[in-house]
Formats: sequence, C-alpha cells, structure tokens
Amino acid sequence: MAEIIQEEKGKSGGKKRPKKHLPHIDMTPMVDLMMLLITFFMLTTAFNKAKIMEIVLPEKIKDPTKQEAPRISASRTLNVILGPEDKIYWYTGNIKLEEYNNKPPAELLRVTDFSPTGIRQLLLDRNKTLARRITEFKQEVLSGKIPISQDSATSYVSKMKTDDDTGPIVLIKAYKEANYGNFVDILDEMNICGIARYTFVDIAWYEEQMVEKAAGITPTASASAN
Amino acid sequence: MPKIKLPTKSPRIDMTPMVDTFAVILIFLMLTTQMRQPEPATVDTPFSISEKPTPDFNTMTFLISQDDKVFLNFDNGPDTLLAFRPKALEEMGRRYNIEFTDKEKREFEKYPSSIGVSMQNMKEFLDSRDNNDRKALQEGIPIDSTDNQLANWIVAIRTVNPNVQACIKGDAETGFPVVKKVLDILQERNVNRFNLITSLEAAKINLEEIQQ
Repeated sequence: MAEIIQEEKGKSGGKKRPKKHLPHIDMTPMVDLMMLLITFFMLTTAFNKAKIMEIVLPEKIKDPTKQEAPRISASRTLNVILGPEDKIYWYTGNIKLEEYNNKPPAELLRVTDFSPTGIRQLLLDRNKTLARRITEFKQEVLSGKIPISQDSATSYVSKMKTDDDTGPIVLIKAYKEANYGNFVDILDEMNICGIARYTFVDIAWYEEQMVEKAAGITPTASASAN
Repeated sequence: MPKIKLPTKSPRIDMTPMVDTFAVILIFLMLTTQMRQPEPATVDTPFSISEKPTPDFNTMTFLISQDDKVFLNFDNGPDTLLAFRPKALEEMGRRYNIEFTDKEKREFEKYPSSIGVSMQNMKEFLDSRDNNDRKALQEGIPIDSTDNQLANWIVAIRTVNPNVQACIKGDAETGFPVVKKVLDILQERNVNRFNLITSLEAAKINLEEIQQ
C-alpha cells in the first residue's frame, strides 16, 4: 500500500481544530482497476492481422469435347507431388506407360522435403535466370538505385514473370495424405523462388500409385477405384 | 548527547503520474483493439511470406478445422446498412423452405464468429439462448454431394453480394482432401480466385545461393 492512513491522536483536553491541508485522494484502487483493464485488453487484442496469399486456379473444363486442356512443353514441366509426412515427390516431363511398368518407382520419382536445401534449391536451380533477375531488381530497389514506388515494383516483377519463357512450369499435385500446411508451403515456395508459371492440378491415378510405392504405403481401396 | 528522534511516518507515493500513464496506455489499447472473436474451432494458420493484409469487407471465409468440419463466415460489406448477412439467410431459407423471423435474422446478423450449422438446425441455433447449446449445433456445414449446403451458401452469398471474395482459413494439420473438396465446390460455382489466410513469416533468398 502506498499510504497507510494513521489515526491522529488528538490532544486530550485541547480544542479540536480541523487541520488545513489539501484533500488527498488515494489513487491506488484506480491504478489497480486500470491495470486490470490493460491486462484484459492486451490479452484480447489481435495485434498482427492475418495475411492472405492469393491463388488463382485455372477454370474447370466442364465440357471436354468442346474445350481441350492447354498443351505445355514436357521439357519445361516439373511435376511436384505433395506426399505424406511432409515429403515432396517430383519428376520432370511426363511418364510413359512402358517406363511406369518397367522401372522401379525410385527411379521415376525423386524425393525431397520443404527445407531450404530441398525443394527451394531444386526450384532455384531450374529458375536461375528469372530468380536472379527478380532478386537483383529487388535489391536495387531496396538500396535506392532505382527510384520506383512499391506498386510499380510489384507490377514490374509480375511483368518479368510474364515475359519469362525459360523457367519451369510447375504442376502441383497433392496425394490424399498431404495436409493443408504442405499446400500453403509449396505455394509459398513458388512465391519465394519467383516461379512464373505454376498451377495446381488433380493427381493422376498412376502418380498416386507411384507415391504409394515410393512411400511404401499399401494402396487403399479408393486409390484402386480411380 | 540525546538522539534526535525522527517522527516515523509511512512514505507516501504519489500515484497520479502512474494513473496518467496507465490511462494513456488504456486509451491506446481501446482504440486499436479488434476483439478476437472466439472461433468455433481453433485453427493454427500456416505461415507464408505474403504481406497482403486480409480484406476488411466483402469476404466469405471458409474455416476448415482439423477434424474436417467446414464453417462459414461472411461480413456485411463496406456499408453495414446493406446488411448482406440477413439477406443471405433469407435467400437460403427460400431454398430450404424455412421462414426466418426478423428476430432470427437479427440474431444471425450479429453473430460474431463463423457458423457451421446445417440449415435443418439453423432455426434452433438462432433461437437458442445458451452458448453451450449453440456450440453443440456447430457440427460443420454439410458438403456431401447429396446435401451440399455449402454450395448453396456460396450461391446465396454471391447473389446478395456479387463482389464477395473467397478466403480459406485452414489449420496446417487439416487433411488435404477436405480442402480440395471445398476448392472444387467453389470452382464448380465459378470462383477461381482464392485468398488463403496465413501468418507472416520472413524468408529470403540471397544472390549467392542462386549463382552457385
């Protein structure tokens, strides 16, 4: 307590005269109350606002007879499959049927993970030119060599991405045991590495089976039904 | 030599400056605070490097919990006078032949967090006064192909507010199939642009790494 109010011992016999001094208000309960309110507000406040990551998926082809899926070159295609237990399986180009039948899955599918030396290194290796240009540009903007506003810098980067025709085309697929965190992580890696072209597509039956073989999972009923 | 006896008096601390400081902090917190709404399911969002803030209005948020339940939250838009929420509920009621009273609509409008109640239980949910009863009814919106209420909700919300953006808030541990299902339902309704709600995490690549 800040103050202990002591009782004044009045002189016996003498005439009691009220002492003249400023009225003093004890602030301690007010401080207590404010502390309580501050604690309450601090606990309920959401300081950092959640961020969003935008993703645009290609329109679903509703009538396959009228519309054909866009064709992309196999040499630039990188297939990334999100596997169980935070693993990533990947292969380039496409897989032919005889290859699928004859080769062991370890040769067809390569495995990596979400560490910076894993998928990020792989994507950067394939996206060298563009990633370097974007990173250099961003550094020059940061160091003030190029006076440019934030908005125009963003649009310049997206233009660089549109003009690029050397980087990989990444097709992201998800095995059914992958989780949502993996999905966000892989999209995040695309943004970090400045991949110009990537999309999310459905996993094919043979890819599902390859993942199962590679991961040593016994295929389930739903997988064989596909 | 006689000792000088000082009168013993308890020290008095002047609390006024402390009160002033606290008042300033308190006012600051009160003005900046946005009350954290208790969500029907706890969700730890995954991390990303994206720095775009969540839009304040014109959003419909799909909350996907770890146990594969889907909850829906949508706001009134920039002008709360437009009151999209009760209109969307009315639209849904029309589809399911449920007539909602004005009181129920008001209750729906001011419900602060995500809703995961099937239309069959909606009336009971809105009429109930007890929070525990309400919690028990939050079983997630049905997304089966036989009774795809989520799809109807999407259509109803977009009918009343065409500018709405889809946000997905999932737990990092949520299994992917249910997320895929929600994405598919949205894509079937021609929603192809999604905002995934994440928490910020710094990640950087340096030039040396690329030049290797």
